[in-house]
Amino acid sequence: MNAFQLYRRYIGASLRAQMQYPGSFLMMAAGEFIVTFTEFFGVWALFRRFGQIRGWTFAEIALFYGTINVSFAIADAISRGFDVFGPQFVKTGNFDRLLVRPRATILQLLGYELRLTRIGRLAQGVIVLAIATHLLGIGWDARKLALLAAAVAGGIALFVGILILQATLAFWTIESLEIANTLTYGGVEAAQYPLDIYSRWFRDFLIFVVPIGCVGYFPIVRILGHRAPIPAPGWILDATPLCGIIFLLIALRVWRLGVRHYTSTGT
Amino acid sequence: MTSIRPYLTVFRMRFVLMLQYRAAAIAGFGTQCWWGFIKVMVFAAFFRSSSAHQPMNFAEAVTYVWLGQAFLALLPWLSDPDIAQMVASGNVAYERLRPLDTYFFWYARAMAWMIARALPRALMMFAFACVVVPLFGMGDWRLRLPATPEAAVLFVGAIAVTVMLSSAMVMFLNLGCVITLSERGVNSLVVPFVLILSGNIVPLPFFPNWMQPLLFAQPFAGLVDIPYRIYFGGLTGWIAFAGIAQMLAWTLVLGFAGRRALSAVMNHLQVQGG
Repeated sequence: MNAFQLYRRYIGASLRAQMQYPGSFLMMAAGEFIVTFTEFFGVWALFRRFGQIRGWTFAEIALFYGTINVSFAIADAISRGFDVFGPQFVKTGNFDRLLVRPRATILQLLGYELRLTRIGRLAQGVIVLAIATHLLGIGWDARKLALLAAAVAGGIALFVGILILQATLAFWTIESLEIANTLTYGGVEAAQYPLDIYSRWFRDFLIFVVPIGCVGYFPIVRILGHRAPIPAPGWILDATPLCGIIFLLIALRVWRLGVRHYTSTGT
Repeated sequence: MTSIRPYLTVFRMRFVLMLQYRAAAIAGFGTQCWWGFIKVMVFAAFFRSSSAHQPMNFAEAVTYVWLGQAFLALLPWLSDPDIAQMVASGNVAYERLRPLDTYFFWYARAMAWMIARALPRALMMFAFACVVVPLFGMGDWRLRLPATPEAAVLFVGAIAVTVMLSSAMVMFLNLGCVITLSERGVNSLVVPFVLILSGNIVPLPFFPNWMQPLLFAQPFAGLVDIPYRIYFGGLTGWIAFAGIAQMLAWTLVLGFAGRRALSAVMNHLQVQGG
């Protein structure tokens, strides 16, 4: 069985398990949808009062908002195994069982659960993208679609990378730390607005350290044909989503370092 | 209810126990500082983009944001985890055997749980947002002190009522947990409404004017909006008292309804596990 078949097997089992509690699933998916929707409603209220933010309109913000939420919804759905890694695998010693199996630990953790409830956030992100398209009258030609796809793909890679780093930290701290939420949920919150509204230090952090700006801000500025935020040639801005992939590759290297360091808790 | 002592005891035990989770408090504090900065920067950008008259000025909006981070644990985020565990294991049946009022017993636990999580975080956040932020040259972004001494006194009173109100709401989440035998579904459906209607996502005065009377009257306003506006002097005099009276009224209504509902549910309690 190759890795892909095995992953499908894992996911099939996970989906069947989640569907054992259809009521709970529906409530949680609806909750996800409503929580992201109310946040968007809050953004709308602020725009109603202020009109615009540093020259950006509500419709443009909707495009930033929708893209980053779609990326995060998918990344969060597939990375559940990393999210709960500390309490579920390190603290309990269950990680030992993963290590003795002749398969990559990353694959087994990706297969831990495909969190279906994230479909609520995903649906909301797609709806917001549709609203933005309608309000802005964006003609989605091949170039723009490719930019959006690259932004989403880069975004998924980046968020999965962050969650892998969070899990790696658990090798040392045992517990999962809430602090990683600053980069996942906090990153989503920050990337819902264009980076140029933020202070310099924060903007630089979101471009050069955790490149959330590269998987949202730059490609969307290119889709909108807005003024270039930095004096760089267009093809460089188009290529920025690759930073998400690079971040993921680095996270995987750090993960391997963590696995080598791992000593079982013995429980 | 024969004596108040068992309720005070369970309150004290839970409070002391929850204070032990220092690492969680510090991690939460770090997260909230970061979150506060994002919100403050977004407000800064909005206020620089428009000269239109706003329901509160920038300094007040910043104060609102930091207070929201300081008292984040006072929101009814989820049902009491201990109760959820009792329900999952079936130990909830033992609660029927205690010669105590289950509602007040659980209420005291919920309140202790909430205060113990909120207190260290609030102290750290005040130190950070009042003192550390201006030291780093970000004086515009600091948490201001209460508008007047009267506002400070009223705010302390209002926050005390917030704790009672929020505990009454946690009791409803507990109730949902006992009825559905799982805490996850109920929590995830209620929290979005708590966040938006309390003012946690956007201060309520920024919503359209026609919504304001409704927003002021609904129960979630007492969790965030009313006390914070009292703090920076947005609500003064009779309106401030009306706000606190509104909070007390909702606390009584929710407490009374919750107690009746809980006793009905406990009389036909379904227990799982063995």
